Amino acid sequence: MAENNAPLLEVRDLRTYFDTDIGVARAVDGITFSIGAGECVALVGESGCGKSVTSMSIMRLLPTPPARIASGQVLFEGRDLLKCYPDEMCAVRGSRIAMIFQEPQSALNPVFTVGNQVAEAYMVHHPDARPREAWDRALEMLKSVGIPAPEQRAQDYPHQLSGGMKQRICIAMALINQPKLLIADEPTTALDVTIQAQILDLLRSLRNTCNLSLLLITHDLGVVAEMADRTFIMYAGKIVESGTTSEIFAHPLHPYTQGLMRARPDPGSSQRGRRRLAVIPGMVPAATQFKDDCRFRARCPLSAEKCPTEPPLEELRPDHRVACWYAKPEGVLAWESTVIDAQGGS
Amino acid sequence: MSEPKSSLTPAPQHTREGFAKGHVPLLEVRELRKFFPVKRGLLSRVVGHVKAVHDISFSIEKGETLGLVGESGCGKTTAGRTLLRLIEPTSGSIAFRGTELTRLRQAQLRPYRREMQIIFQDPYGSLNPRMTVEQIVGEGLVIHRPDMTNADRRAKVLDLLSRVGLQPASSDRYPHEFSGGQRQRIGIARALAVDPAFIVCDEAVSALDVSVQAQIINLLMDLQAERQLSYLFIAHDLAVVEHISQKVAVMYLGHIVEYAETKDLYSRPRHPYTRALLSAIPRRSPDEHKERKILGGEPPSPINPPPGCPFAPRCPIVRPDCADKLPELLPAGPPGHVVRCPYTDDWDRKLGAEKQAKTQS
Repeated sequence: MAENNAPLLEVRDLRTYFDTDIGVARAVDGITFSIGAGECVALVGESGCGKSVTSMSIMRLLPTPPARIASGQVLFEGRDLLKCYPDEMCAVRGSRIAMIFQEPQSALNPVFTVGNQVAEAYMVHHPDARPREAWDRALEMLKSVGIPAPEQRAQDYPHQLSGGMKQRICIAMALINQPKLLIADEPTTALDVTIQAQILDLLRSLRNTCNLSLLLITHDLGVVAEMADRTFIMYAGKIVESGTTSEIFAHPLHPYTQGLMRARPDPGSSQRGRRRLAVIPGMVPAATQFKDDCRFRARCPLSAEKCPTEPPLEELRPDHRVACWYAKPEGVLAWESTVIDAQGGS
Repeated sequence: MSEPKSSLTPAPQHTREGFAKGHVPLLEVRELRKFFPVKRGLLSRVVGHVKAVHDISFSIEKGETLGLVGESGCGKTTAGRTLLRLIEPTSGSIAFRGTELTRLRQAQLRPYRREMQIIFQDPYGSLNPRMTVEQIVGEGLVIHRPDMTNADRRAKVLDLLSRVGLQPASSDRYPHEFSGGQRQRIGIARALAVDPAFIVCDEAVSALDVSVQAQIINLLMDLQAERQLSYLFIAHDLAVVEHISQKVAVMYLGHIVEYAETKDLYSRPRHPYTRALLSAIPRRSPDEHKERKILGGEPPSPINPPPGCPFAPRCPIVRPDCADKLPELLPAGPPGHVVRCPYTDDWDRKLGAEKQAKTQS
């Protein structure tokens, strides 16, 4: 956040809880982050860490009950989205903040042509626009997201298009009202690697041409390395590490971040002969069982006497915060030889 | 780990040579083909074929892993299922320990089903929600080892569960009570129950989170070392395939376009598709520099594949004659490395020229 002016989006101490039969699931439990104008920020974590619930909370898309926002503020362009009335929120959603999802198939309506759906997104926020104008805008958008022969493709139904094309349609639909912020929830997870490269390239160029801010939600550290200016690592509803992306990749300080980076198969592994992968033993605790301790404690090699109390997110290096009692600015190699030969049981 | 054998190459002369020496690989697949008919109209006339698997050949030795990679729709899953005869092949030969499987009747095939197992991608869809873990893992034993007593079977199931890292006490629980990684362990235990020699791992780790994925990959590799298992490891994640495989076959639109030992393929990929695929892998860290060639377009439909080289419509180094006929698998570089492209050198030349033009401008 190098900009001196106020950030575009600021999330402060957001807590989203779900009331369930077996107790309160504290899916997102006090997270704070911000996105500057034109910036790309990544929320990274494994399934169940609360990254998607965070984005749904920002957009106010979670049904209440069971979801409930227990505390926090979501400041966007100077106002708190959590305090907006539903109709005010409708004016923001899809217009100032737009969203794309992991499964473009289920994000599109199967019984309307894709051109129709993109134009509809325009009509909703421009009620006075003539249909012809909306259609022309839709074709323009389809062209700018790299759909070949947009006039013909606009007449197609979603099932007639490939996964990559459908994701481009979703991007066109999201950007037709020139939003300031695009939330991309696992935008390339369902796509093949060559198509993923195309879509990431498209998002990158749209960021430049439209001065778009991007909140990228992903579990894929490779996508983060490609795209993000700053990165927030989430674990069990909390942010455990944050900083500029290059800083985090160069000096991961939290044992969880280190574990994630080491668990990836190494390119060039075939040159060095076969080895076991480094693993993080065990698994993420269920959200109903979160306590006020360090939630990574049960899986952590550094776990010691301070861990039953929750560690604060502290700035250990410039632009780099970590929530771990035993992390040090110079780095502690949490996993050195302790786990590599151990059983990966769960 | 098995030493590299001369029968790495699928080219027919190599296999014949292999047979002449009396060496029979555990599994040898030759010109395996699966075309699905496309039917239209009232009379369901066949109007075309989906050429899902188009004459692929490879062999797998005991204790060895062959990685099969490609994008969705390239036919890798069909290939895996066809060689287990879960889908009947259109033509071609599948020899398991020298026995031709394609000509066997279902009843004759049964002993081979015990030897050849499969682990599926979706740990949710592949386990029957109404069966307990013990029933799921023990089902294969009921069928293939009818002589086994209930007590013996139970002991074996519990043993398997603890081997794959599950609590034996969880044997009377149902699949929905487990996480994705644990379900995948159940799927592995089920495959192992009948003591197979060969397992098809069809995207077995793709649905899992990174940290769990690493646990399952380690488990598969440990089991391989323990039991001399052979794997056909079907995946789209190139880094995972590099880690687990000794040999890799790259598929595109039903064809194998490159086939080599893993370290040769990854250190010096030759086919333009393989090179584009490797260059599309995201960087490991933001500071890493990578040769990047973003491939335009998408794979064409396998119903009416383009004539000639299947990759020609997307190929950055395509020549006019590429569309005329399918290139042969030609030997390239180290022994056993074959490539279905006669113009592989053009890539370096073209990209070198592009780079030069960029620095000059």
